[in-house]
Amino acid sequence: MTETIARAQILDTALERPRLTSQLAQTWKTESGLWGALATVDHKIIGRRYITTAFVFLALGGVLAILMRLQLASPEARVIGPDRYNQIFTMHGANMMFLFAVPVMEAMGVYLVPLMLGTRNIAFPRLNAFSYWIFLAGGLVLWISFALDMGPDVGWFAYVPLSGPQYAPGKRADIWAQMITFTEVAALAVAVEIVVTVFKQRAPGMSLDRIPLFVWAMLVTSFVVIMAMPAIMIASTSLILDRLIGTHFYNPAEGGDVLLWQHLFWFFGHPEVYIIFLPAVGMVSTMVATFSRRPVFGYLALVMALIATGILAFGLWVHHMFTTGLPRLGESFFTASSMAIAVPAGIQIFCWIATLWDGRPVFKTPLLFVIGFIVTFVMGGLTGVMVASVPFDTQVHDTYFVVAHFHYVLIGGAVFPLLGAVYYWFPKFTGRMMSERLGRWAFWLIFIGFHCTFFPMHVLGLEGMPRRIYTYQPDLPWHGLNLFVSASAAVLAAGFIVFFIDVFVSARSGNPAGDNPWDAPTLEWATSSPPPAYNFAHIPVVGSANPLWEQQGSLDVANGLHTDRREIVITTLTTAEPQARESSPQNSIWPLFAAIATSIMLVWSIFSPWAVVWGSIPVAITLVGWFWPKGTPEDEA
Amino acid sequence: MSPGFRLLLSVIPFALLGGCSSNWQSALQAHGGPAISLKQLIILIVAICSVVWALVMVAMIHALWRRRQAWRAPMELIPRRERRMGVIVTGCVGATAVIIAGFTVASFLTTRTISVPGKDDLTIRIRGLQWWWGVEYLGPDPARRFETANEIHIPVQRNVRLVLEGDDVIHSFWVPSLAGKQDLIPGRINEIIVRAEHPGTYRGQCAEFCGLQHAHMGIVVIADTPEDFAKWVDAQRAPAAQASDEAVAAGRDTFMGKPCAGCHTIRGTQAAGTTGPDLTHVGGRAFIAAGLLATTQGSLAAWIADPQTLKPGNNMPLVPLTPDELRAVSAYLASLK
Repeated sequence: MTETIARAQILDTALERPRLTSQLAQTWKTESGLWGALATVDHKIIGRRYITTAFVFLALGGVLAILMRLQLASPEARVIGPDRYNQIFTMHGANMMFLFAVPVMEAMGVYLVPLMLGTRNIAFPRLNAFSYWIFLAGGLVLWISFALDMGPDVGWFAYVPLSGPQYAPGKRADIWAQMITFTEVAALAVAVEIVVTVFKQRAPGMSLDRIPLFVWAMLVTSFVVIMAMPAIMIASTSLILDRLIGTHFYNPAEGGDVLLWQHLFWFFGHPEVYIIFLPAVGMVSTMVATFSRRPVFGYLALVMALIATGILAFGLWVHHMFTTGLPRLGESFFTASSMAIAVPAGIQIFCWIATLWDGRPVFKTPLLFVIGFIVTFVMGGLTGVMVASVPFDTQVHDTYFVVAHFHYVLIGGAVFPLLGAVYYWFPKFTGRMMSERLGRWAFWLIFIGFHCTFFPMHVLGLEGMPRRIYTYQPDLPWHGLNLFVSASAAVLAAGFIVFFIDVFVSARSGNPAGDNPWDAPTLEWATSSPPPAYNFAHIPVVGSANPLWEQQGSLDVANGLHTDRREIVITTLTTAEPQARESSPQNSIWPLFAAIATSIMLVWSIFSPWAVVWGSIPVAITLVGWFWPKGTPEDEA
Repeated sequence: MSPGFRLLLSVIPFALLGGCSSNWQSALQAHGGPAISLKQLIILIVAICSVVWALVMVAMIHALWRRRQAWRAPMELIPRRERRMGVIVTGCVGATAVIIAGFTVASFLTTRTISVPGKDDLTIRIRGLQWWWGVEYLGPDPARRFETANEIHIPVQRNVRLVLEGDDVIHSFWVPSLAGKQDLIPGRINEIIVRAEHPGTYRGQCAEFCGLQHAHMGIVVIADTPEDFAKWVDAQRAPAAQASDEAVAAGRDTFMGKPCAGCHTIRGTQAAGTTGPDLTHVGGRAFIAAGLLATTQGSLAAWIADPQTLKPGNNMPLVPLTPDELRAVSAYLASLK
């Protein structure tokens, strides 16, 4: 009898609201102090860490870009020598792709997806902690080696034979290849977590057609990650094998194939672009709806466009290889498939414009960035259609035209939405608003600086300026435009500085935000800002795609979860009917130890193949510690 | 101040003035059949895309301005309006599909136009090396073959077939005024057709990142009238010119006695190295060091005196020479017209 009462006491139905929240806070809390910070598995703390670290890498990559623009401002400048320049442009590309763009998008997912789904933590939270530590280690390896003048200098694409044992002596190319391993492990871990979270942890009632579009975008992105990353893992591992133990995967003299590298790299590398772009699309759909004051037009079409983009992403890789002499018929096929991606992209653009058209647009800073995104991304998409044409591409491939194109799609298509998303979700992350005034300054400086920096590059490319050159001769007619581009880059950098200032100032002294400052419709706004450790005192029950609008703030809730241990609701895949209570792991230091052991093994393996043998022992020990049953209620549930 | 550096200073004005027109390496200044077709395609696609972009912008700006107002509660959807917007969006997507289908067909047709070789093709083998171009004129008669470097002469209004081979890493041959680019890949053989409609000098440079001196891997294509081309071929086939005076002869002896001859070939002498470019008629080429400097005795001397300052990281070592030797060797090389 007493046992039943005791058991009933700890269910959330038995507790009054103040006791409920204090008990949940106790159960889900992160211990204070360094140890607690290192051991936490709270998706919000890890997500915030991930986002902050990625933005630090953005700033560092931006500094590299400014250095390159200094060197290219005048012909035959001697600001930076060819060796350092090659390291800098390789670092800029690798850093922006692997340490900024992909991680920051996944990190936004880590923070927001559980909140948007109405659950209390991400699936596999310890793996989530491990993922962050591995990502951080990979970033440190790359930047420390750059500081030691050992940074990779073979391009972020590391084409063989230039990156092979014969033409890239030393350890620079190995550091590139191993940095790939680090970041891919981190990305794969997050992708798996997000897929499982979206499939099994949605709030009761959130059937497939009620999932927020950002979550759909993260789900598709995660599948693209899971399918694309193995190709680059194979590529970088076989490159290391060629370099370390003398295999001949890429050595034509021994029956290897140079082009095999390009196929493997771009089979990953092209989906990589969509791994960055799709989450941004999800952010745009979210912000367009909130600031148009109506649900986004064409929900089903937008979901289908996301999925179509994710599938088509795997059929385009050859358009990076149009000048390698592949058979003409095959090239035509890839022209058609590359152009076809314009259809899902068009669907999305038209749906957003329709939403704005029918809605009542409110010009807050996030919407400014969305508008900047549409202006810029449509241009980048159209130049993408241009380079999809084989004959067109033979003139612009590997020129500044392509540099312009992909900055239009990556900055215009992903960074603009991301900055808008920071303005949009900053109140949720911190409980404080960012400044509208500084936001406008940041937007206009970035928007104008961006176009003045990158538009002239189209012209430079058509005028014959190749990419990846550390200088150019004075008799070539490129000086004026390059000087203009370099000056404009300073404006762009100023815009980012204003943005960072706004972030710092607002985090300390921004206006308090309240739970739902934008009157937005999705579940992350149904809890306090910043959310408590347990996210929601009661798991919400959803009856529509825009619950906070259509259910007028009075959400039903699901009861019956334990409060003395970490429990979440598991729901069915399609209709999200409650299925089970599932325990969610407690904080643990072991993911950090496992990440340290893994990092040591990976770095060591740059120097000796035996690292894989001896280095795996500490990894195994830390994994045993990680999974060792500790007799906690979570383990027994 | 070292003599090499002083010579370098004297060369810089030359480098600044060198070159022919300011648009001799541009896809927009098309002077050959393939490049002209490509330029037409580029203009067509860019024009249509500009119109598309402008239309999207007009629609977006109108959407933003027609009902902008202060904050208000989220609105209800009206099914009839939703259906009408659905029809319009579907129409726009359909138009997108039609446009890209058109682009695909246009691309295919252009590719077909520019890749049909003529019957009497002249064939030239190009090898890409870090960081220069090996050139070999092929023909049915092996006796009429010859090698040169970094400069190609072609007869005007004839399709010329280039056979492209990568010798170390991947390079890409690109002379934008004459044709699109094509990669030179180790272990593979690629081909590209170039053609010039008018006599002239057309510059290109390596387009695939190939290491330290990717930026200084230029190539020059000179289009000659058929008569001039025949004369040039005969001159190239001949062995190197004999020393005309004492200084030149001294230069020749220095060249043969120093490591120079181990890497370079000068036909008609004992210099038969193959690591560096063939120098048999180097004095007759417009540029040295793969498009880096206009060929003069001064630039040759500057290059020999300090190749690593002019083109850091390149594979030409600094061979220590006395000022007299340097003057003599540069005079000798300049005489190899």
